[in-house]
Amino acid sequence: MQANFLRRLIFDEKSRSLLIQTLVIGLFASLIYLIAQQTAYNLEKRGISSGFDFLHVAAGYDISIRLIPFTSEDTHLRAYFVGLLNTLMIAVCGCFLATIIGFLVGVIRLSSNWLFRNIAYVYVEFTRNVPVLVQIILYYSILLHLPKIKQAIVLFDNFYLTNRGLYSPQPIFKDGFSIVIWSLVIAIAISFFLKRFLKNKQESTGKQYPIFLINSAIIIFTPIIFYYIMGMPLEFDSPVLKGFNFKGGMVIRPEFLGMLFGLSIYTAAFISETVRSGIISVSKGQREASQALGLKSNLIMRLIIIPQALRVIIPPLTSQYLNLTKNSSLGIAIGYADLVHGFGGISLNQTGRAIEIMLIVMLTYLTISLTISFFMNIYNKSVQFKGNA
Amino acid sequence: MTKIKSLFVSLVLTLGLSSAFAGTLDTVKDRGKLMCGSNTGLAGFGNPNDAGVWEGIDVDVCRAVAAAVFGDSTAVEFVPTTSKVRFTVLQSGEIDMLSRNTTWTLSRDVDLGLEFVGVNYYDGQGFMVNKSLGVSSAMELDGASVCIQVGTTTEMNLADFFKANSMSYESVPVETNSEADAAYTAGRCDVYTTDASGLYASRAGYPDPSAHVVLPEIISKEPLGPAVRGNDSEWADVVRWSLNAMIIGEELGINSGNVEAMKGSKNPEVLRLLGVEAGYGAQLGLSDDWAANILTQVGNYSESFEKHIGPNTPINIQRGLNALYSDGGILYAPPFR
Repeated sequence: MQANFLRRLIFDEKSRSLLIQTLVIGLFASLIYLIAQQTAYNLEKRGISSGFDFLHVAAGYDISIRLIPFTSEDTHLRAYFVGLLNTLMIAVCGCFLATIIGFLVGVIRLSSNWLFRNIAYVYVEFTRNVPVLVQIILYYSILLHLPKIKQAIVLFDNFYLTNRGLYSPQPIFKDGFSIVIWSLVIAIAISFFLKRFLKNKQESTGKQYPIFLINSAIIIFTPIIFYYIMGMPLEFDSPVLKGFNFKGGMVIRPEFLGMLFGLSIYTAAFISETVRSGIISVSKGQREASQALGLKSNLIMRLIIIPQALRVIIPPLTSQYLNLTKNSSLGIAIGYADLVHGFGGISLNQTGRAIEIMLIVMLTYLTISLTISFFMNIYNKSVQFKGNA
Repeated sequence: MTKIKSLFVSLVLTLGLSSAFAGTLDTVKDRGKLMCGSNTGLAGFGNPNDAGVWEGIDVDVCRAVAAAVFGDSTAVEFVPTTSKVRFTVLQSGEIDMLSRNTTWTLSRDVDLGLEFVGVNYYDGQGFMVNKSLGVSSAMELDGASVCIQVGTTTEMNLADFFKANSMSYESVPVETNSEADAAYTAGRCDVYTTDASGLYASRAGYPDPSAHVVLPEIISKEPLGPAVRGNDSEWADVVRWSLNAMIIGEELGINSGNVEAMKGSKNPEVLRLLGVEAGYGAQLGLSDDWAANILTQVGNYSESFEKHIGPNTPINIQRGLNALYSDGGILYAPPFR
């Protein structure tokens, strides 16, 4: 019995591989355990305290770029969330802008116009081959050389461009503005159902409707009508130069703009190549066949080329989004208060908890990246071939 | 770069470095040179000169320790550290001592497992503004944009000061001294705040130093001094008394020019300091002429101060608090006996 069991472990392929896998996992786990043990031992030996209790201690510093209120009396945990939101903000804005620029440039590179095509080519080759950190610092330095606060450039009367950022009026919502918002939501819902209705009708009768125009009109005009019905419940608080700085209004800081330009212009170059390869990957016969069917060229692009190109574009696009998100940690170079700069930098220094904080920061980036991958994979599935192709 | 370094240091901490557990003095002697953590570059305090040789009053403390241990003040390798990684670099054993305009505070002394061995410069946080703003007091800074170096005690002081005086400000965090200078001179911020010594040092490097004024308010106590790891009191004593020897040298009027002559002095404390009366070096694990070596090769505290940051240098700082207690300052070393 005993001998039989041992024999199986050695000679039976399935049992043998199970044994080896168990051993490898066990070894790996004990290695992790050893490292953790050794670290704890070394920390204690050197009299360095450790643990996560510091998260509930007052941070003691201020952050000026923030989406939620934060004062020096708030905890390091809250500083973490301020940094996390700033990271997400730059990631979302950056991905959005990079996608738009990337698609435009990708299409322009395939254009038949020699000048446009080559301008796009030079742009792609230049930005792709210069490190993103250098570009971020370049854009930030340019922004720093905008006029000083007292010599602000005035745009449209109420916007001020200075090297401390772009100051703009801040909307103040009064009673009744929520109704305008709700009317917008309802308008979007209506246009959604209308689209399905008209699509069905088109399929049964063959008659085409200008769906896009109708829906745009609904979405734009409904809130405007309600805005006037409710008696214009919106005011603007304009920035005014008082003392050292502008008071009131909103401001977009040069640190944010520098990051946004640097990350999106850099990543857009990669995205444009992805888009270009996606469009090229659709075989020429598809275009010729649709022309033979008498489709107009914009419909060919929208209905035939793009859906097939997306299958090729989405997977590398996902990895560009991940790159951009991770590159946002370069904010530290120009003082953009992202996760690494605030929590991973200032909090780390105030508390000295390097290992704990770096663990938290790493796990956070891991979570963000996996979340992006998860949703992009869902989207990727939805654009793949369905049925038996 | 700093990030990479701090990660690397975490790794070193993780894997453990055996050398840190042997007595630091023995480790240093075996190695034949001192590893000293310095600033990445702060004029007058720790900065490489045109020839690449490190200079400054913080650097002189390291040189004094090297002179005491090896009898050779050049047996030092300087490791430039940012404000962010300095403690981790020390804790991990990469350097033997940190002499880098670092404020002695309770939590650094206790929680970070360090030991501050003395004060080589009594500093305080100040504000610098452009004269054209017409500001004469820090109380007029409501609403200003303030450039601040991250990872320092100055951030907390700044937050407290503005809060206590119910003023608002926009903090513009920057990573290093030079970035702060760039942001401040470009007008990204109205005010640059850091230790007053740092403000003087920065100002000396501006195209027109006289256009900038350091405001009279000093909003914090910043005793700057060298630090070592907290688990080695033998080594802490060596560093502490190397610094004290420079201060006592000034008290007793011993400088780099008259050490040999002073060996014939009648003052017993001079004789003990210079090792004419034997036995004091051995208590520290050093040779008897350790303090004489410091004073010959590095000089006393006053010499170091005047050479690097005194009124005759571009930094132009008065002795002030850093004068000897007998001259109206608070510089005071325990007796040498």
